[in-house]
Amino acid sequence: MSCERIQMAHGNGGKLSHDLVKNIMWPAFANDILGVMHDGAQLNINGARLAFSTDSYVVKPLFFPGGDIGKLAVCGTVNDVAMNGAVPLYLSAGFVLEEGFPIDSLKRIVASMQHAAAEAGVYIVTGDTKVVEKGAVDGIFINTAGIGQIMDGTRIAGQNARPGQDIILNGYLGEHALAVMSERHGLEFPQTVVSDCAPLNGLVAELLFVVPQIAVLRDPTRGGLATTLNEIASQSQVGIMLDETSIPVSTAVQAACDILGFDPLYLANEGKMIVFVDKEYTTEVLRIMQNHIYGREARVIGEVVAKPLAQVGLRTGIGGVRLLDMLIGDQLPRIC
Amino acid sequence: MLIMTNDQVKAAADFFTQEIIRLAGEQPLRLMEVCGTHTVAIFKAGIRQLLPKTVELVSGPGCPVCVTPNEYLDTAIAYSKNQEVILVTFGDMLKVPGSTSSLAAQKAEGADIRIIYSPMESLEIARANPDKKVIFLAVGFETTAPLAAATVLMAEKAGVKNFYVLSAHKLVPPVLRVLLMAKDTRVDGFLLPGHVSVMIGMKPYEFISDEFNTPAVIAGFEPLDILQSIYMLVKQIQAGTPKLENQYRRIALSAGNEVACQTLYKVYEEADAQWRGLGNLAGSGLAIREKYRGFDARSNIPVTVEVTKEHAGCRCGQVLRGTMLPTACPLFGITCRPEHPVGSCMVSGEGTCGAWYKYGAGRWQG
Repeated sequence: MSCERIQMAHGNGGKLSHDLVKNIMWPAFANDILGVMHDGAQLNINGARLAFSTDSYVVKPLFFPGGDIGKLAVCGTVNDVAMNGAVPLYLSAGFVLEEGFPIDSLKRIVASMQHAAAEAGVYIVTGDTKVVEKGAVDGIFINTAGIGQIMDGTRIAGQNARPGQDIILNGYLGEHALAVMSERHGLEFPQTVVSDCAPLNGLVAELLFVVPQIAVLRDPTRGGLATTLNEIASQSQVGIMLDETSIPVSTAVQAACDILGFDPLYLANEGKMIVFVDKEYTTEVLRIMQNHIYGREARVIGEVVAKPLAQVGLRTGIGGVRLLDMLIGDQLPRIC
Repeated sequence: MLIMTNDQVKAAADFFTQEIIRLAGEQPLRLMEVCGTHTVAIFKAGIRQLLPKTVELVSGPGCPVCVTPNEYLDTAIAYSKNQEVILVTFGDMLKVPGSTSSLAAQKAEGADIRIIYSPMESLEIARANPDKKVIFLAVGFETTAPLAAATVLMAEKAGVKNFYVLSAHKLVPPVLRVLLMAKDTRVDGFLLPGHVSVMIGMKPYEFISDEFNTPAVIAGFEPLDILQSIYMLVKQIQAGTPKLENQYRRIALSAGNEVACQTLYKVYEEADAQWRGLGNLAGSGLAIREKYRGFDARSNIPVTVEVTKEHAGCRCGQVLRGTMLPTACPLFGITCRPEHPVGSCMVSGEGTCGAWYKYGAGRWQG
């Protein structure tokens, strides 16, 4: 089988994406900052600790229940910056537009970006616009990059998970992926699923202001909760044990997953975050989250254990235990 | 609908588990779950580790992607090279290796291959591309075949002339008969696929106990459904009274879904079919009837297919017959992994080897 060309699965955040980065990007760009492998880079410039991150947005369709490519382009990058323990400050925005793209749609998308930026409290301070021939892109692709200031006294990294920490999630899984999916394929589910796309920097700032001891923060986007936790288990060389019955999945998402054969633990989210923190701070983290609009359904979903190393286990509702692997294959293309 | 609390589910699971342990005894029992969805559900719920060592679960030939032979994939791949063709398929088929390529590789080379979630989407694609021939890759058992049939009827009604079906549909009861007659397969009881039974009802399975004295239970897909069905099988085996039972009564009626079956047989008729690892089995597949031949890809769009090659060392055939556990295959997890599958069983999320690998068989160190 020919493996010499890019396949869709190289872009899904799972095993093939990791291989691509590891085998092609990483050897070429290798440096100490990139080596940390987080959602963004943590920089130290003349004593100022900054977080810097970038992402490109190619979601199809451009408008979906709960959001659009513009809102996504702002929230996605704001969240990546925030997951470094930073307060996002400034964004850049690069647009690649297809010849023939309706100006009205562009206006809607730009307005949505401004709305999301205002909610997140960031400014879009630089940008770029390119137009390409019909067919060279699908309507509009957007790249954003963001920079923010890392909060004093915090040290967030994927390497910081330790046995004895609780793992806390801020709400229901899988809503973004299914909202996009249902819009794209014209699927009707028993209940409408709305994307969870939201800026999480406000919640992150509140949490870190009160509990700077938080060890790991990550947003489970592509590849879902399962893939993100596997990355952390591997980076920290610890085991993770989840409790299936505490993982929040709405009945609407569960019903849609049952129909389509998807697993919510692998579906992308755009307004979810995972917190690793020593158990003594769990109550405080839960209190802050549950009082915030983006954390009402927060709960402890599992804990860090010493063994098995670099694996994630799931304790099932009937008392079995099994491996929870990272995403392999192409569950859903172009959802962000 | 009755909604059980987490505690109630756990308590019921404990009850069935204890009863299975109590009834199982010393004699090793080999139960086969025929359906890929069951294979996945068993792993997802961690059911194996709740069972006593004497009760072994083996997977059968019930994953549509797994049993699809190379020749079919090669045909689809050959069609994908035709500039006039748009192939539409469920996502699972994309990565399945054919003799020398895969649809994913063809797609990366520029072939127009689109993933759909309902066969009806292919009609929209056909309407939007009147100068192209849209071929739907129709694989699956009695569960999905009625949908493909309904799509053909819809195409006829709507006058969509550029929609075709490349059919590899298969039937479950005939392959079970072949397994029961095979000398190398030993099965003490069958967990029968609830989805298929929703369509065909109970009658087509009666021969399992009537002719082969083998217990069989039509099972649902929740962890408790499966535990209860295993309990029912073990109870039958110990009582020495093999029969066909329906655990999935809340969904699968004993008569099946007559409307779906009528739709199915309006468009399709039973035909011999090629199965991976099992060969050509009489009356085990579905072919499009004469009246609807205009929608049959093979009859209308000429194609030259490469000579079929099997993958050296791949044991999918034995795995599908339940004579080898995936972990016993020398390629499992080494050269054959989900990201680079050698055989079809490793590809699909519901594939026997794929499920064993994904849920940690031979890997989980906890």
